[in-house]
Order: sequence, then C-alpha cells, then structure tokens
Amino acid sequence: MQTTPPSAADSPPLAVAVAGLSKTFGTTRALVDVDLSVAWGETLAVLGHNGAGKSTLLRVIASLVRPDAGTIAVGGFERAKDAAAARSIVGYVAHQPLLYDDLTAAENLAFFARLYGVRDAPARIAEVLDDLGASAWADRRVRGLSNGMQKRVAIARALLHRPSVLLLDEPETGLDVDGLAMLDRLVRTVTDGGAAVVMTTHGMERGLSLADGVAVLAEGRVALSGRTAEVTPADVRAMLTRQYQVAP
Amino acid sequence: MSTYLRAALTIYWKDVTVEARTKETVLGVLVFALVVTFIFKFTFDPAPQVVALIGPGIAWVAYVFAGIVGMGRTFVLERERGTLEALLLAPVPREAIYLGKLAGAFTLMIVVETAMLPVFVVLHDLSFLSLPFAATAVLATLGLAAVGTLFSAIAVHTRARELLLPLLFLPVTLPIIIAAVSSTSLLLDGGGWRDVGEWLRLMLAFDIAFLVLSSWAFEFVLEE
Repeated sequence: MQTTPPSAADSPPLAVAVAGLSKTFGTTRALVDVDLSVAWGETLAVLGHNGAGKSTLLRVIASLVRPDAGTIAVGGFERAKDAAAARSIVGYVAHQPLLYDDLTAAENLAFFARLYGVRDAPARIAEVLDDLGASAWADRRVRGLSNGMQKRVAIARALLHRPSVLLLDEPETGLDVDGLAMLDRLVRTVTDGGAAVVMTTHGMERGLSLADGVAVLAEGRVALSGRTAEVTPADVRAMLTRQYQVAP
Repeated sequence: MSTYLRAALTIYWKDVTVEARTKETVLGVLVFALVVTFIFKFTFDPAPQVVALIGPGIAWVAYVFAGIVGMGRTFVLERERGTLEALLLAPVPREAIYLGKLAGAFTLMIVVETAMLPVFVVLHDLSFLSLPFAATAVLATLGLAAVGTLFSAIAVHTRARELLLPLLFLPVTLPIIIAAVSSTSLLLDGGGWRDVGEWLRLMLAFDIAFLVLSSWAFEFVLEE
C-alpha cells in the first residue's frame, strides 16, 4: 500500500493526535494522561531523562504497544479502529536497526518493500539508499556493517514506503558527524514534503533547532510543551534539571 | 495475489533464505533428532520383531522433540534481532505473519524428517517410503507446526520460554502424536490407505481446527 503525505485540502488537521494516553508496565507508570499533537509538515521533539517514557510514547503511536487508556489518531486513523491503516503511513526508527543480519541491506529493503506494497521497489530502494549515503553497502550483509551503517539502512527502511508520519527514537545514536548532518537534512526534507516527524532525543540543542514543537516528559507526564519559538533552551534545561533533582 | 498471501509468502521466503544461508536451526534440529534416535537404539537395542512395534514411536518422538527445538527458535531469532517489531509495524494482517512463520516451521520439519528416513533404515531397518506415510507425515507435521508456531509466539514473550514451549506444546499435540504413531504402525504392518483413513481424517480435523484457532488468536498473542 503506497502512501504519500496528504495534501492540506483532503487531510485531517493533525498528523498525530494523542489524548489522555496512559500505559503501565507492572507497577511502572510509563505514560500518564499524555496529550500531544503534531500538525502536518511539522516536527515535534520529545525530550526527557532515561525512563521518562519517550520510547514508550513512540511505540504506542506506532501501534507496537496497546495503551491502557486514551486515544491515538495517526493521519486521522484511530489506532483502536484502524491500526493497519495507521501503520501503513508510519515510518519508525527504533534503537535497534530492526534488520535481518543475514540478508544484505538491499535484500532487507526489498523484503520490507514487498510487505508495504511499495511500487517500483528496485528504483525506490536505490533512491533511499542513495539519499542515506548507503548505496556502497547495498550488497553487504547487515551483520558486517558498523552501527552507523546499520542505522542509515534502518532509516532507509523507515522511509521506503514514503511515510506521512516519521517516528524517530533517538535517531542520532551511532551516527557520525556526516550522519548527523544527513539526518538533519532528511528531517527537513521530510517535513518540507508535508509529512510530520516525532523525534525523541537527548540532544536538546539539536532537537530544538530542528523541531517546531517540543514536549518534555517527566515520569510519564508532559512536564513542559510548546512551540520552539516560545520555549527557550533555558526553560527546557531548567525543567530537565528540576526533574533530575526530584527523581534522580 | 491477495495482500494476505503475498505477505505470507514474502515472510516465508525470507525465513527460507536466512536459514539457507546460516543453516543454524536446520543443522541443530537434525543433530538433535539423530541424537534422540541413537539414544533409543543403543539404550534399548530392540530385537527386529520389537522394532516394528516401537519403531514408529521412536521416529515420532525424535521428530516431535526436534520440532520443539526448531519451532522454539521461530520467534526467538526475530525477537533477539528486534525484527519481530519490524514485522508488527508492517501493514499486513497478523494472520499473514502467522501463516508465513508456520510455512517456515513446516518446511524445516519436513526437511529434517526426510533427512532422517535413511537413518531409520540403517539403524532400525525401518522403511517409511510410501504414499500413505507421506500423507501421515504431512498432516502430522502441519498440525505440529500449527500449534508450535502459535505457542512459540506465546513463549517468546516469557523469561522461561525454553520451559514453557514444551509444557504447552506436548499436551495439546498429544492427539496428533498418537494418530501419527498409530498410522505409521499400521503402515509398517502392511496396511494401506483404507487402514489409516480414520487416523488421517483425525489429523486433518486437528489441523483445520488449529489453523483456524491459531490464526484468530495470533493477533492477541503478539500484542505487548
């Protein structure tokens, strides 16, 4: 199923709409009554300390984890009613590369292209590998690639079906300086094309410079949120410092 | 081709390609089946007239135990590499993931069963080469793979997965193991299609029931 970022005329007003979201694992409250929204063509940076709930938030939006309470709509598709349609317009980059070690980079992408029903897959695979600067490794098995190389192929996998909503979970991990510059260009290209990006990161300055909106999570709750034009790095730093003092 | 079948075939072909390159699971399972068969041979050393009696049991115990080892890895490898999440992210029906993984487990077991045939001839002078035995093997293996794939997906989320899989798998598959052993015994006694028809129908009914039930349950099993 091929998807393209919806145009403003025929699309719902928000790319991602999360309301009253809660998730508990055993006795750990990973998310507590989270409300967030991301408009088309915008990037939301999600910041917070380790264990704040950033990855869980992305996994719930990606429909990998079922929430205990709350509603999630991705591109207007409600997770509870139409999870498959929501998944078809989402690209997700996780901590792990989510690639098969014993297939080559190109074979991995060909496999996922078939699952996503990507048209003209060979050309699209060549295109995303080229965009990510990974063409030279196309025929190498993933097992033999460095972490940074695997991360680039993982990002290529997430972009393969031209997702309307891109979820990036600490995407800078493993990338070198060139890779980080490539990532920044990629996020801007994706949002310029009308798609939305939700990105968790520990790099506050990078996150704020790339994003249109910011949300700081603390113990599963949204402790601070707003437009990056209105929220200063000092506000975010103060919030993160306060969290660290309260819940080391 | 429907989205469902295309996705199942894609997952199946990926599993076959990965296994053909690494041969990790098929070699491990084959060696396990050989070891079980050798243990029976050298601990009991059955007389020729006893072999016909207990041979089918030895063969199916070896296949079933080896199958547990092989099917246990069906989802463990996906989980370890994180690729299970990539499969779950794809906009394909969960049943298609089940069918693709089931086809991979079935192929693995059939390859091991075929490779073991000469071993039974050499060690126990048992020849299973006949069409009714092929039907018995296919139906029994399909049932074992249908149950094993579902329970492997359940066990992968638990810490004691190596313990849980046999505990779940063996009681549920008991009817199909009994049917396979009984059918094989009748065939070794010189029986034909008519003699084993009842057992084949029982296995077919088991297969259909578990294919339907497992396909339906698979979505809930995979939810975290």
